[in-house]
Amino acid sequence: MTVETKLALTEQDIRSFSEGNQEPSWMTELRLKALGELETLPMPTPDKTKITNWNFTEFPTHTVESNAYTSLEELPEEVKALVHAEEQKNIYIQRNNTPAFVTLSADLQAKGVIFTDIYTALREHSDLVQKYFMTDGVKVNEHKLTALHAALLNGGVFVYVPKNVVIEEPVQVIYLHDNDSASLFNHTLLVADENSAVTYVENYLSTVEKTTGQANIISEVIVKDNAKVTFGTVDVLAEGFTTYVNRRGVTSRDAVLEWALGMMNDSDTISENVTHLVGDNSEGHVKMVVVGRGKQKQNFTTKVIHWGKHTEGQILKHGVMKDEASSIFNGIGKIEFGATKSNAEQESRVLMLSEKARGDANPILLIDEDDVTAGHAASVGRVDPLQLYYLMSRGISKHEAERLVIHGFLAPVVNELPIEGVKKQLTEVIERKVR
Amino acid sequence: MSTLVIKNLHVAIDGKEILKGVNLTINTNEIHAIMGPNGTGKSTLASAIMGHPKYEVTSGSVELDGEDVLEMEVDERAKAGLFLAMQYPSEITGVTNADFLRSAINARREEGEEISLMKFIRELDSKMEFLEMDVDMAQRYLNEGFSGGEKKRNEILQLMMLQPKFAILDEIDSGLDIDALKVVSKGINEMRGEGFGSLIITHYQRLLNYITPDYVHVMMQGRVVKSGGPELAQKLEAQGYDWIKEELGIEDETVGQEA
Repeated sequence: MTVETKLALTEQDIRSFSEGNQEPSWMTELRLKALGELETLPMPTPDKTKITNWNFTEFPTHTVESNAYTSLEELPEEVKALVHAEEQKNIYIQRNNTPAFVTLSADLQAKGVIFTDIYTALREHSDLVQKYFMTDGVKVNEHKLTALHAALLNGGVFVYVPKNVVIEEPVQVIYLHDNDSASLFNHTLLVADENSAVTYVENYLSTVEKTTGQANIISEVIVKDNAKVTFGTVDVLAEGFTTYVNRRGVTSRDAVLEWALGMMNDSDTISENVTHLVGDNSEGHVKMVVVGRGKQKQNFTTKVIHWGKHTEGQILKHGVMKDEASSIFNGIGKIEFGATKSNAEQESRVLMLSEKARGDANPILLIDEDDVTAGHAASVGRVDPLQLYYLMSRGISKHEAERLVIHGFLAPVVNELPIEGVKKQLTEVIERKVR
Repeated sequence: MSTLVIKNLHVAIDGKEILKGVNLTINTNEIHAIMGPNGTGKSTLASAIMGHPKYEVTSGSVELDGEDVLEMEVDERAKAGLFLAMQYPSEITGVTNADFLRSAINARREEGEEISLMKFIRELDSKMEFLEMDVDMAQRYLNEGFSGGEKKRNEILQLMMLQPKFAILDEIDSGLDIDALKVVSKGINEMRGEGFGSLIITHYQRLLNYITPDYVHVMMQGRVVKSGGPELAQKLEAQGYDWIKEELGIEDETVGQEA
């Protein structure tokens, strides 16, 4: 069976949407070209998960209108909990498809930092966006879902950190989803120019229980020479989305990119996280925690590709599967010919909490160069009844014992997360999900 | 005074009967030692009382002050006042020793009555010092990477922190050097008194040089075959078990054999 990919949206709909947002003509053309290629492009093929019957293309409406916020005070409580209001000077909040709030400190504005919604960026920084948008990172015609994303993009943010600018406090983006008809085709484009540094945190938060739309999300992170980016996420998207999330990084010489990914969706999810270590002596570190529950099906492919010499890649993923949730952890370290003295390390572990939960960890090393080092570890297992017995023999209830074992299982990753705020939020979400 | 009464206890593992009718009564303010060669059912008794998931009680009863222990979940048994220092404590990644102990203490208390952090730290520090434990052991993951001796000390630390009515110590002395043995004994002797009773399982008399038992029992073939005072342990140390086997006409003392 092939999936029906006929869209309700026509070329004319896309053109008028793009023009209605006063997008530069290159963007309109890029969207239309993507739309034209949609029919012929293949679906992505995440290893070990068959997605031919998944619905990535049907959704109630392309955009919904939401009210913006005039101050952080107006935010709903769930969102306030994510924001350190008094200290948070650099924050963008998008409500469904509407840019709802943005603030950037005067100091960073003066230094030339750009932090704005994607539409404003396209209008006001067209050349800069064009240079990086779906060029070095994700290609429009990689497969059907990337093309769909480009054609239908309806939100996102642009972050540009100029040369030599070091941003001390984290920059935060909150994508709030509180309308069950909304679809999210969000694009985060983060460019850290030479010798710059930034910590960026993005939160995807559904406050509706169930939803009917699509989440087709791409984040591109471009890290130039000797720059450092720490990119954290806490994704909590509702059941009902078919989530495709692609987070991709490209490092230049001596650059460092650290990912801290908290994948806490309740939706079926295909997650692709690829880091291209292009420049010599650059580093990519991925730390990911996952909690699956209900009947969720998820696939997490994490790939670090070493092109430059002396590159260092590390993948560390731990996941807990409850109920009837299933997930595949694909970890791929690829060292290209010529990437001498590189090192590719990975560790994936899955803990299953019930008879019907499923997990699979596939560590893969693809090495085309002799003078390198690499290593991997993977495990999939169930909660050890003797561990529970031991804890319970001290008076701890079975439920609390399970909770301790789960937190303990995820702790080696959570404790390593490079962003305190993300660590704290994640611990709370994990607590909620395993309760 | 509290009393733990074990009556005609039969226990099987994977369908094979290991305990074949154990009778034993322990009061607080008493220390009982169970001795016997390997494979006679001593550890099975300990595990069955605590509720190990692999052991099946096929008949008999265990009562704590008249309450049916066998009806209780493992955590309820602990809250009722039982404690088992295990021969092979589990290792639990990501859960620090201190967090674990606090959860265990608070599990016995009502909501809103939790132990204050300061009080907890004070007690933990003083007990760790008493047991000559490294301060960093509080923040290490529970039993992970602990040496054999560290694990045993950690069991005694839990015992002292949780203050149960009855502690069963399952071969707490195995694999301990003499210094560690002295420390572990010091901990148990510290617990000794009015509100505390203990059942010490060992096959070495050595431990009983440091903890003088009130009663000594010998297990063979899944039953208590002989009971006596501390002098029984002395005699076993000097003469071994053969005289008991002879006296009772036992050829093979392990379970699965009948006299």
